[in-house]
Amino acid sequence: MNMQQGVLPLNGFSGGEVLAYRPDHLLVAGMVERGSKVLDIGCGDGDLLQLLESRGIDGRGIELSREGVNHCVAKGLAVVQGDADTDLVDYPDDAFDYVILSQTLQATRRPKTVLENLLRIGRRAIVTFPNFGFWRLRLQLLVGGHMPRTDNLPFTWYDTPNIHFCTIKDFVQLCDEIGVKMERAVALDAYARPLRVAMPWWFWNMFGEQGVFLLSRAEKGR
Amino acid sequence: MRDMTGLTPKSTSALRTVAPQEPLEARLETRSEERSHEVDHPSSLVAQFDAARPLHLDCGVDLAPFQIAYQTYGELNADKSNAVLICHALTGDQHVANRHPVTGKPGWWETLVGPGRPLDPSRYFIICSNVIGGCMGSTGPASLNPATGKVWGLDFPIITIPDMVRAQAMLIDHLGIDTLFAVVGGSMGGMQALQWTVAYPARVFATLAIACATRHSAQNIAFHELGRQAVMADPDWDHGGYADKGIHPHRGLAVARMAAHITYLSDAALHRKFGRRMQDRELPTFSFDADFQVESYLRYQGSSFVERFDANSYLYLTRAMDYFDIAGDHDGVLAAAFRGIKTRFCVVSFTSDWLFPTSESRALVHALNASSARVSFAEIETDRGHDAFLLDVPEFFEIASAFLDSAGKARGLAAVRGG
Repeated sequence: MNMQQGVLPLNGFSGGEVLAYRPDHLLVAGMVERGSKVLDIGCGDGDLLQLLESRGIDGRGIELSREGVNHCVAKGLAVVQGDADTDLVDYPDDAFDYVILSQTLQATRRPKTVLENLLRIGRRAIVTFPNFGFWRLRLQLLVGGHMPRTDNLPFTWYDTPNIHFCTIKDFVQLCDEIGVKMERAVALDAYARPLRVAMPWWFWNMFGEQGVFLLSRAEKGR
Repeated sequence: MRDMTGLTPKSTSALRTVAPQEPLEARLETRSEERSHEVDHPSSLVAQFDAARPLHLDCGVDLAPFQIAYQTYGELNADKSNAVLICHALTGDQHVANRHPVTGKPGWWETLVGPGRPLDPSRYFIICSNVIGGCMGSTGPASLNPATGKVWGLDFPIITIPDMVRAQAMLIDHLGIDTLFAVVGGSMGGMQALQWTVAYPARVFATLAIACATRHSAQNIAFHELGRQAVMADPDWDHGGYADKGIHPHRGLAVARMAAHITYLSDAALHRKFGRRMQDRELPTFSFDADFQVESYLRYQGSSFVERFDANSYLYLTRAMDYFDIAGDHDGVLAAAFRGIKTRFCVVSFTSDWLFPTSESRALVHALNASSARVSFAEIETDRGHDAFLLDVPEFFEIASAFLDSAGKARGLAAVRGG
C-alpha cells in the first residue's frame, strides 16, 4: 500500500461554517474545487450539499428517503429520490467533476459496482465510511461477543440499513483491486478530527473511526 | 386527465353513488344549454386574437381568429416576476379555484391553489387557461367557425400539446408577462409544463410536473382509442356533426369517461371505496342493472361528465396527448430536448399511478440529469392512483410547497403577504 497520505487542514472556512457544519462535511467540502459540479449520493437532509452550494459549487443529490428529498427540496437543493445501487447506471460518463458517497457505502448492496460507477460518472470520487476496524468496535466483538453498536452506528444487527461494513484496510484493498488511484486518505477519530499523518496504516485502521478518501481514475496503462 | 368535479376532496370520502333526482335527459338539456353558451361566451376572462395574430398549428394550419378563455387569481407584482401558469389536465378547464359555471362545483385544484395552499394567491399571480381545442371558452371543435357560421366539428384542425402551449404563450404575451415564475401541471397539464420548458426555456424559472410523462405510452394511446371509439359508435355522434342537429352523443361519451375513469384510480382505491358491495339492495337482481356500488359510481361519473363536456373536444384532446413525444421531436434523444436549460424542475409521481407510472418520471429525471438540468424528484406513496394529484395528499403538498418556496426565494419573491 503505497499511496500518498495527507491530511487536509480545515482552513478556508469561516468560523461560522466551522460551527454550523459537521467536521467530516467540512473536510469533504475542502477537497472539492470551487466552481465544480458535484453529485452527492445518499445526501440525507442535504447538509453537505448546502455547504457545497454556499461555496460556489454546483451540487446535485440522490437520496433514498422521501423525507430526505423533502428536506433538501425545501432548502432549494436539486435532489432526486433514488437508489445508489440501481440508479447510477443511468447517469452518463463524466457527468460530474466529483461524486461524493458520504457514509453510504456500507448500505449499498454492491459496493464494488457502486465505486466503479462513481469514477465513471465523476472525474473524482470522495468516499467516507465508518471504519469497522475501529478499536471500540473490535473490542465490543472481542470482549462483549456481540455485534458492535456505537453512537454513529446505533442499529441492531437485525434492523440496520448497513449491510456491507468494511475496514479502512479492506477499502484500500478494494481500491487497489479495481485500479483506483488514491489521491488523499484521511482517518478521523471519534470526534471527527483527522488523525496524524505520519502514522502507519494499521494505526489508522485501529484508531480511525471513519475513513475519508479522495479517489481518481487510474491513468490508463499505468 | 379531466377535471375532478366528481372527485373533489370533500366528495371522495363519501360515495358518489346516489341517483340524481332529475332524470338524466332533463339535466342534459339544461346543462347543455349552459355548456354551449360557455363554448363561445365563457363566464371567465377571454383573450381574442384576430386574423393578424394567427396560431401556427403543428398540422400546418394557421388558426385565426381564435380566443383563449382564462382565469387569474392574485395580482401581478411590479416586476412581473410572480406569475404562475397552471396547465389543466385532459378534461379540466380554467376554473381552478372558483365555482364551476356549468356544474356549480368547487374549483378542480382548490387543494393546491388558495390561501395557505402551496399556490397562495396572496403571493403569486396565478393564471389558468382553457386549452385550445377545449370546450370552456377557448376555440375548439365546439366553437363557431366564423368562416361558415356553423360549429367547427371535425373541420377543426388537429391540435397537439405544443399547439396548446403556443397558444398559452400568446396569452402570456398578451398579459405583458415575459418570464413565468413557474409552470405547474399534472397529467396532460404536466405534459404542457414540460413542453413549455422545452419550447421556451428562458421564459420558465421553475417547472413542477406531476404524474406525467414526456410521451404517451402505447397502453395510454390504446385506452384513448377505446374512448374515442365509444364516442364514434354512438349513432348521435353523426360523424361529428351532432351540434348542428342540437343533439349530443352522451351515451358514447359517458362510456368513454367510465373507461378512462378506471384508469385514473387503482385497484386498491376502488376496492377500498366499493369492494363488492351492492347498491341499495342485498341480493343480486339477476339483470344488468347497476347492482354493484362500483357500477353505480361509474355511471354517475359518466353522466355528470357529459353534462359539461363536448364529445368532439374529447376526441381532439385525447389525440393531442397521444401525439405527445418530446424525445421524438429531438431525434429520439430526450436529454437533447433539455440541453442547456436553466429552469429548476421538480418531478412528482405516485406509487399506485399505473397510467403514468414512476418509471416514466424516472426516465424524465434521468434525461434531465444527463443534460445537467437542476432537477428534484420524489415518488409519493399512495394507493389512490393517478388521481392522487387532485386529492388531498399532504406528502404531495409538502414537496410542492417546499419546491415553490425555495424557488420563490431564489427568484426574490416576497413571502406571503402579512406573513
